[in-house]
Amino acid sequence: MVENTNTSRTADGAVEVPESYALVSETSEGPQELREQEETGRYELAAEFGSTLRLPEGVDVDPGDIDIEFSDEKMIINMGPQHPSTHGVLRIMMELDGEVILRTKPIVGYLHTGMEKTGEGLTYLQGPTNVTRMDYLSPFSNELVFSLATEKLLGLELPDRASWIRMLMAELNRCSSHLMWMATNGMDLGSSSMMIYGFREREMILTFFEKVTGLRMNHNYIRPGGVAADLPDGWEDDVISLLETIPGRLDEYDELLTGQPIFRERVDNVGIITSEQAVALSATGPILRSTGVAWDLRRDMPYLHYDQVDFDVIVGSVGDCFDRYSVRLNEIRESLRIISQIVEKMPSGDYKTQDKKVTPPPRVRIDESMEALIHHFKIYTEGYKVPEGEVYVGIESPRGEIGCYMVSDGSAKPYRMHIRGPSFVNLQTLPTMLRGGIIADAVASISSVDPVMGEVDR
Amino acid sequence: MSTPEVMHVERSNYLATVADLKNQGYEMCVDVVGVDYLTNPDRLLPEGVVAERFEVIANLLSISKRTRQRIRVQIPEDDPSIETLFFLYPGSEAMEREVYDLIGIRFLNHPDLTRILLPEGWEGHPLRKDYSMGAVPVQFKSVNKAV
Repeated sequence: MVENTNTSRTADGAVEVPESYALVSETSEGPQELREQEETGRYELAAEFGSTLRLPEGVDVDPGDIDIEFSDEKMIINMGPQHPSTHGVLRIMMELDGEVILRTKPIVGYLHTGMEKTGEGLTYLQGPTNVTRMDYLSPFSNELVFSLATEKLLGLELPDRASWIRMLMAELNRCSSHLMWMATNGMDLGSSSMMIYGFREREMILTFFEKVTGLRMNHNYIRPGGVAADLPDGWEDDVISLLETIPGRLDEYDELLTGQPIFRERVDNVGIITSEQAVALSATGPILRSTGVAWDLRRDMPYLHYDQVDFDVIVGSVGDCFDRYSVRLNEIRESLRIISQIVEKMPSGDYKTQDKKVTPPPRVRIDESMEALIHHFKIYTEGYKVPEGEVYVGIESPRGEIGCYMVSDGSAKPYRMHIRGPSFVNLQTLPTMLRGGIIADAVASISSVDPVMGEVDR
Repeated sequence: MSTPEVMHVERSNYLATVADLKNQGYEMCVDVVGVDYLTNPDRLLPEGVVAERFEVIANLLSISKRTRQRIRVQIPEDDPSIETLFFLYPGSEAMEREVYDLIGIRFLNHPDLTRILLPEGWEGHPLRKDYSMGAVPVQFKSVNKAV
């Protein structure tokens, strides 16, 4: 048995490391919950106030100097993990002074399933099955980033059609994910009709996904080397009917929410975050753009063929919940614009690479060729070897930058597969958004971050 | 796709290098990753870099220059610790906690170095290569006496 050693904190929050510690046995680092101010170290307190953003002065901030009046009425309340407005199993602890939120700490991990560890035991061919379950509202982004990282290690050139199909699916997925967000955001703010409408439109897109991939979610459609199957006959008609239906529905949302005073009261000037804060806290996606930073990886670091389509990057100006709402609403419009260009430009050709190393032989060849049968068997049992190296690929998912850091040791399984989850990082902006606001607005801010717990906890 | 530049630095120069890069316009710390190279000690490394068991990779992004920069640091097994980036990039807080939680690398001066994905009281760091997969029964706080 390993002996249990204790670490302690000095007054300024630094961790004292005992000399003879066995790291693996070190399990009592202290509670993850929000603690009373008196028990919290100075640095940690500063972090929870968001004051460290004003570095380097922030480090020396005395909690007493922070510009919220303290009374003895402070109270720490717990929200979640089983709260309907936390979009899954997010737990948030808030320190309140009356109705005003002082400190917030998101506590995550309730959905941790060790997917990065699982990924180390799966071949590159099996990998997308695993990662697609992370951000379950935009599974194509996960598969895409995994596949792009693998292809970068392999040095593989994709056929044109495969790239365009991937773009089509990724953009449709952005629509469906944002529609889902519109729905749940509406629900959180008390508009249950929005919830029904959002789900209705999302369902149309999911029906198309089902037609193409066979599944509504967790598709395992984008794989290293291309996509799993070609688009079905008549896909253009389906996409065009989506393109014709959804814009009208978006205008309905505008009527239902954008101009509606009750909705605006709930979101205007609520949960404001500045661009400096968003950048410092590594926020990406709609949160960063809502503060006015025009940063979209599709435009600024193009992957696939995003440099060949024409679209605008939507930015906000205030960085409040309303900006995040309108950025997402208009991103659906931009995605539809991209999709209509994709339909026009879709080339013919292979939907997966003809590189025999990564692509198994077609089913018909197996019946007629022993070599093809062996080849097929080898690929599905052993996988294919990927050259040694390490890569990072970042793409724009509906929630921000999703990145895949992949290390290969030259075998058929990734040595390390790390996914940089945008929701995980974006959740850090929550204490800053909520600070100084009232508790009734907390749900609006939490919803506007759009966390997907499957990806936060991985 | 723009290829990110990779940079190997000594552990002692890590913080200074990152601070330098921040001044050069790398505004955002996109990611902090830890890797346990226990079973792969002979990996490809540029000359002059001595392979150690752990590696921490900080991934910086320059929004103004549209470039990325990866900083790889070798961390020895007997002292798995490194300076935190928190005071340069507050956004690295959760990522470093994740690395600590799953790989077991200490981030010195980190304001709140607790587990983030696993419950407190969990034994071991699962993404280490010597942490077996599937052979460990599920642990919970109440089961484990020594909390």
